[in-house]
Amino acid sequence: MDRMPAWADAVLVPLISLLLAAFLSALVIIAIGENPIDAFKLMVDGALMRSSGWGYTLYYATNFIFTGLAVAVAFHARMFNIGGEGQAMIGGLGVALVCLYIPWPHWSLALLGSCLGAAIFGAAWALIPAYLQARRGSHIVITTIMFNFIAAAFLNYVLVNLLRPVGAMDPATAKFPEATHLPTFQDMFSTAASPMFRGAPANVTFFLALLACLLVWLLIWRTRLGYEIRALGHSEPAARYAGINPVRTVIIAMLISGGLAGLMSVNTTQGEAERLILNSIEGAGFIGIAVALMGRNHPLGVLLAAMLFGFLYQGGAELALWTNIPRELIVVIQALVILFTGALDNMVRIPLERIFLAFRRGNS
Amino acid sequence: MSGLTNGGRPDQAAPVAPAIELKGISKAFGPVQANKDISIRVMPGTIHGIIGENGAGKSTLMSILYGFYKADAGEIFIHGKKTEIPDSQAAIAAGIGMVFQHFKLVENFTVLENVILGAEDGPLLRPSLAKARGVLKQLAAEYELNVDPDALIQNLSVGHQQRVEILKSLYRQADILILDEPTGVLTPAEADHLFRILDNLRREGKTIILITHKLREIMEITDTVSVMRRGEMTATVKTSETDPPHLAELMVGRKVLLRVDKKPATPGKNVLEVRNLRVVDDKGVERLKGIDLTVRAGEIVGIAGVSGNGQSELLEVLGGYADGTGEIIMNGESLDLTGKHSDGQSRRARGIAHVPEDRQREGLIMDYFAWENAAFGYHRDPRFRSGILTNNRAMIEDTERKIKKFDVRPPNPYLTAKNFSGGNQQKIVVAREIERDPDLLLVGQPTRGVDIGAIEFIHQQIVALRDEGKAILLVSVELDEILSLSDRIAVMFDGKIMGERLPDETDQKELGLLMAGIEGDPDKPLIEAVDEQLHAKEAREAKKNG
Repeated sequence: MDRMPAWADAVLVPLISLLLAAFLSALVIIAIGENPIDAFKLMVDGALMRSSGWGYTLYYATNFIFTGLAVAVAFHARMFNIGGEGQAMIGGLGVALVCLYIPWPHWSLALLGSCLGAAIFGAAWALIPAYLQARRGSHIVITTIMFNFIAAAFLNYVLVNLLRPVGAMDPATAKFPEATHLPTFQDMFSTAASPMFRGAPANVTFFLALLACLLVWLLIWRTRLGYEIRALGHSEPAARYAGINPVRTVIIAMLISGGLAGLMSVNTTQGEAERLILNSIEGAGFIGIAVALMGRNHPLGVLLAAMLFGFLYQGGAELALWTNIPRELIVVIQALVILFTGALDNMVRIPLERIFLAFRRGNS
Repeated sequence: MSGLTNGGRPDQAAPVAPAIELKGISKAFGPVQANKDISIRVMPGTIHGIIGENGAGKSTLMSILYGFYKADAGEIFIHGKKTEIPDSQAAIAAGIGMVFQHFKLVENFTVLENVILGAEDGPLLRPSLAKARGVLKQLAAEYELNVDPDALIQNLSVGHQQRVEILKSLYRQADILILDEPTGVLTPAEADHLFRILDNLRREGKTIILITHKLREIMEITDTVSVMRRGEMTATVKTSETDPPHLAELMVGRKVLLRVDKKPATPGKNVLEVRNLRVVDDKGVERLKGIDLTVRAGEIVGIAGVSGNGQSELLEVLGGYADGTGEIIMNGESLDLTGKHSDGQSRRARGIAHVPEDRQREGLIMDYFAWENAAFGYHRDPRFRSGILTNNRAMIEDTERKIKKFDVRPPNPYLTAKNFSGGNQQKIVVAREIERDPDLLLVGQPTRGVDIGAIEFIHQQIVALRDEGKAILLVSVELDEILSLSDRIAVMFDGKIMGERLPDETDQKELGLLMAGIEGDPDKPLIEAVDEQLHAKEAREAKKNG
């Protein structure tokens, strides 16, 4: 076999890619006259060394886990769902409606309800592109990206004209009732003696995200549906031969994908803002693509990649706060990470593969 | 093939430098040694056959000669001169032309445009086209390489497209021609014509290397034959001094049964009845034009025909993944041909198992493990389920059993399908389908790209299933396979069944005529009759395409 071992593929390649991205980022930081080592320290301090930093890192990671899983599930059916952004927005609408118009007695029930609302609304937003792809052959990339814009415009309309409380100036819903507020990490882990995660937005939804990772893993590798989704993704002629209905399977995979993207809104809308605002997604739908790419569409990989991007988001915010490094540079660093771990994957993989083969030939 | 002569060849005893001499060629892909210290001499004006199983290293060797790969070690001499061939440009400059198994033609260009493509004389096309027209005319007269220079490639028959490939090489002044499995897509008559062309080329002093896995072709046309096995050149012999069993033994490394041992069939009741079956593809072309066919229990019905005459569509409709009209009756009950129950799952439930024509495209998921593939299509079987989850343990155990019974190598259920050789991939598919104990087995090209050893085994399994009283419908483009396996032969041409024959009462020639759509006119010379038919078909299609 002219292959390198699986561990090298799964661990070494992304690690080296990351180091390369970090190295280039360091060069950029030097170029604007800051010290990259100090900057890195600041990022680690801000994102990982304090519990409130973790509280932000995990909050962002929760978003990225959901959108990353969404992209991953669709990708197993070879559907490139880049509409996570729009599906999450519409999912947010579902959360808002559930929280605002149903009198929940307790947050746990409200959470169940809002999850259902988010998933159904997100899935519904993915349904039309899925149908158009499966039945009409309209390319999913085109339709989902268009649906992002439609979602934004639609949400804008709904917030401004329908859900905005009378007299309010900003395009947002009213605050959700107290009973629907989710416990944050601060509520859960602080004791009177030692406050933890103070002021951080991480909340119980993070555990939902972990659960989603497990469920997606089961779905993809331990159910008939997952077996059929993967089969269809690898080869449509083979799927048809085996009696797998391509139209049905594509649509189901996209519904699950959209549902997962929608679930992200539970975290931002019910967990953090406690009302639906216009721009609650903040590009997490797109970050999900990078997360899935870097995590090789495997739930565990998605989880790790989401943590990394959570760290970059929070660490980046710290940088912008405490140094002269402008906010835009953080975007540059994130872009470099995406570029190296995703798009330039083969740049690292192929030389590494050669080295491994040379070693093996030397040994044999 | 009686018309062939070996006359006009230069005397090989004369001190002529070989047209091609390879010395000590080695090439490894990772740990796989594709070519090991290969040396070969091909004399000018001869046809040199290279025969070997799939994966023996024939194509790698020719790719090195044509500049696609760089050899790790070894030297190439062309007409006695040491030559470096770093790319295909260098190969063309050295006078080497290659006709690939899959043609490299631009479908919507004319013959002339294809011929000059990459060999234009200047920025303006007109002078090049005019020159090519003249050259083509001359070549046509010289070698019987007749093709309409203004026809679009997409309107030409496969045989004519192949001629265009040869013309392309000759136009580039090649005097050494390499043909990679050239007859795979041809009718017997087209193959005959090709061999006449090759014979003419040889007579004019061209050197030809013919890569094939068909022993018959080697015996028919070559002067010398080299046998490759597992990357090594195991023997080079004069064709006149060898015979097929000996060559087969050299290829496989052990004695091989070239004929299938089987008892006469004892057919029972009708299992499959097909009546007036029609299929229209998504471009609106009618692919099946009213097929009537019966397959009884305990018999093998072989469908012969050149590929692309509706055999694939027939299998697809029977297998449940293409729509059709007409009637298919399985064990006395009509099958749903368009509706909800027209899919692979419903067909399997009715006792139809299917070894598809293309195992890599349809029969297997190449990135799935062997154990996932061994349940493919039957993955909804309750045996493979526990609750809402799949029972992977059960699938793996089932696979281990099949691997053992069908001698799949390596016997490792955790290997992905793409890591098995063609023969072992096919064994996985055949095992999966046969082990379901179906009433009817559909088999498409069961031994395409399968090594001789595995062919023998797969044929035995199919015959054994027949002897258990199952009905078998075999589709193959290999006439030898059809003749040796079938108890009844139906020949397909242009979406119709041209006729049925019993294998003992027919021969390659008669079947070949039927395959070309001719119902037998013994007075007419074979080649003319076939050419006439093909021209008529081309004209029809050209008209259809506007």
